[in-house]
Order: sequence, then C-alpha cells, then structure tokens
Amino acid sequence: MCLSIPARIESIEGGMAVCSVGQSTYNTSLDLISEEDLKVGDYLLIHTGFALQKLDTEEANSILATFEEFKKLNDNLDKEELKQNKRIV
Amino acid sequence: MKYIDEYRNKDIVKYFANQIKTISNQPIRLMEVCGGHTMSIQKFGLPHLLPENVELISGPGCPVCVTGREYVDRAIAYSRLEDVIITTYGDLIKVPGSSSSLEREKADGADIRIIYSILDAMLIAKKNKSKRVVFLGIGFETTAPASAAGIIKAQTASLTNFFVFSAHKVMPPAMESLIDEGVQLDGYIGPGHVSTITGKGIYENIPKKFNMGVVISGFEPVDLMQSIHMLVKQKENNEAKVEIQYSRVVKPDGNKVAQDMLDEVFEPRDDWWRGLGVLKDSGLKIKRKYHKFDAEEMIKVEVEELKEPKGCICGLILRGEKKPKDCKLFGKACTPSDPVGACMVSSEGSCHAYYLYNR
Repeated sequence: MCLSIPARIESIEGGMAVCSVGQSTYNTSLDLISEEDLKVGDYLLIHTGFALQKLDTEEANSILATFEEFKKLNDNLDKEELKQNKRIV
Repeated sequence: MKYIDEYRNKDIVKYFANQIKTISNQPIRLMEVCGGHTMSIQKFGLPHLLPENVELISGPGCPVCVTGREYVDRAIAYSRLEDVIITTYGDLIKVPGSSSSLEREKADGADIRIIYSILDAMLIAKKNKSKRVVFLGIGFETTAPASAAGIIKAQTASLTNFFVFSAHKVMPPAMESLIDEGVQLDGYIGPGHVSTITGKGIYENIPKKFNMGVVISGFEPVDLMQSIHMLVKQKENNEAKVEIQYSRVVKPDGNKVAQDMLDEVFEPRDDWWRGLGVLKDSGLKIKRKYHKFDAEEMIKVEVEELKEPKGCICGLILRGEKKPKDCKLFGKACTPSDPVGACMVSSEGSCHAYYLYNR
C-alpha cells in the first residue's frame, strides 16, 4: 500500500504528467504537488496515481557519490577476508 | 532502474553490515513501522546480515492488517446492494469478514472492481450514472491525500453518485501507544512515504517522551541498512533524535500541498486498530462540508454481527509481541491463498512476508 517508485516525467499537460518507469508509462495527477518547478526529465515519486514528491536528484546523486567511496572501503574488506580466508561480515 | 538499482548494491549493503557490527555493543530492538519495510527486510534477507544483538520486529504499518473486520463487513453489506459498485485497491479484496470476503461476494455476482487509483473510481462513477460507486479508502498519510483530492475533484465535477468509505488512519498515535503499553523498543525505523507527506515533525514527541530515536527510511536494502546503522549509532552514543535517511525524497516539513488537502477534507476521530484497540484521534473522518461524498453518512445498510476467527494472533504480531512463526495457524490453516487473518492477506503483512521469504 505504501510502496511508491521514482518515475521520470516524459510530458506535462493540464495538471497531469506522463511518467515512465523502465518501459512502462503512467498517467499521474499533479494535484498533490506544487507544479511550478516541474519539468520533463525530473523524477517523481508516484503513489496510487498521484505524484507525492519530486525526487531531489542533487541530494540523491551526492549520496550515491558517497556510496562510491564506501564501495572502495568495501573492496579493502574483501581483500582482508581473502587474506584471512574467512568471512568478516 | 535509475535511483532504485543503486540502492540494491550488495557492496554498499555489506559496507553498512560491517559498520553496524563494528559499532554495535549493546542489545538493540528496532521496529520497522511500515509494512513496505517489512516486505523489503524479509525479501532481501537483511536480518541474516545483522549481528545477534540487533533485533528487528515488525509493526502496525500495514493498513489492511490494522483495519477492523467491521469495516470489511460493512463493505460487503454495501456490495450486496443492487445499485452499488464497489471500487477498491487490490489489497483488501481477500481480507476475510465475519462470514465472507469481497472476493467471495464478487464471485457471487457483486459488482466489485479492483482499481489502481481513486481517479479510476471517479471515471466508473461518471460512466455509471444509475449506480452508486463506493470507493474503499484505506491507508495512512501516504494514501489519504489522494482520497482528499478525489473528493475535491468529485465536488468540482458535481458527482452525485460517488462516495468514499474512509478507514484512513494516521501513524503517530499507534507508534506512541505501543511504547505506552510496554512494548520494549530502542528505536523506530520510520515510514518513508508517510513522512514524505507529513515531514519529520510528527515524530518529535517520541525522542522527548520515550528517549528513543526515529530514523525515517527509504525502502531499498541500502536504505534500510543505513537507517539501522543510524539508529545503532544513536543508541551507542546515548542520543535520541529524529533523523531522515531518505533525504532524496523526504523533506523536513513534508509536502505542504498534500497536507493542506488532507486538512480541507478530513478531521481526526478516535479509531479502532487491530492489536491496539481504540486510539484517540488516530482516524480520519470526512468533514461535514463534504458529507455528501461520505458513504457512512449517505448509504445506510444492515451489517452482520461481528465474528473474529479463533486462533489468529494477528493483533499480537502487529504489536511486535509475537512473530508469524509463533502462530499455530501460520503456513498450515492460514496461507496467502486461504488466509485466516489480515496479516496473511496484504502483500505488506508480516505473515505474508514471512510466508514468502522466511518460512
């Protein structure tokens, strides 16, 4: 019930947006969101046919960049596991 | 898929598993409030990645599970009226009432339609002017604004044959009630999409009153592992605060447009929750000025006498006091194809998630 997925805006017209997730498209109402700063290419969180929020891509990308750093740290952990020949995690 | 796949990366999950193991010394018991979290935690096997002292328990955040049998009985009574079309999200269709279910009524010829959005229900109402169309409005703060928007649209379109049967509920009273009643917890993994609407303010009472943390979490495995890490860190540092892990979506003040729409259409009322009983101001009633869209006000029906099933411990599971495997019916008399209790019906119910992924 509370599941919701990020979908990309493909077009906006008359309070509705056509959004895509993978190969599927959805008609989405923009009634619950401030429309002013929306544009094609933005990501929306959709739930039961309504957009609930615009995804903050700047924030998301900055977090993903941090995760890339974590991945490097994880590589070191893998090496340590190989060296000790046992799983640490 | 963009912004989904990245949060399923096993290396990042492993990184957080390691961090949790490194910093965690004390026993810690965390409740994931939301049924979507329960599903994800079981699906991705996260409990197996955590050290023994970190325990996860499921909470009352599955709307179908906490909705009373009386609600289902009344929906069934509506469906038996000749001129009524019932429209509902798929989750509710199999939930047993006292002597039937919507699925069984549909098989017997009632006009019951599964829809994706309240907007579909309104289209059905426009195309069937001689019928009364009842939309079953269940769900928390995530879903209730859509019902509010639907009612406002129905008002604008002057629809006279469209009604909402509201069992909408709000989360904070349930979260506080569990701790008040003595359920032992050290922190809440807070519901991500409820908080998208409400912001973080609704939880501020919990650290103050109970000295325990709340971390609002996303739904992918990386999100959940990071949230658990944040809660363990709070506990080890003797802190209790509300934090947002799911910051790519949840803003501190939430979604103001949706909040205003909720306030316009609904008002709080005391409501009954499976496992928790009646909680003050925990339900959403349609305001008087929109009463012509309120099914409870406008469509009178006789509802059969309430009967609860024997042996089902759904209520205790929703309180985090028992796990699905503690129930004698689990996987035997009660399965997803033939459920006894609501927790086995909904895809977000604990019993359903355990049945699929952790039997």
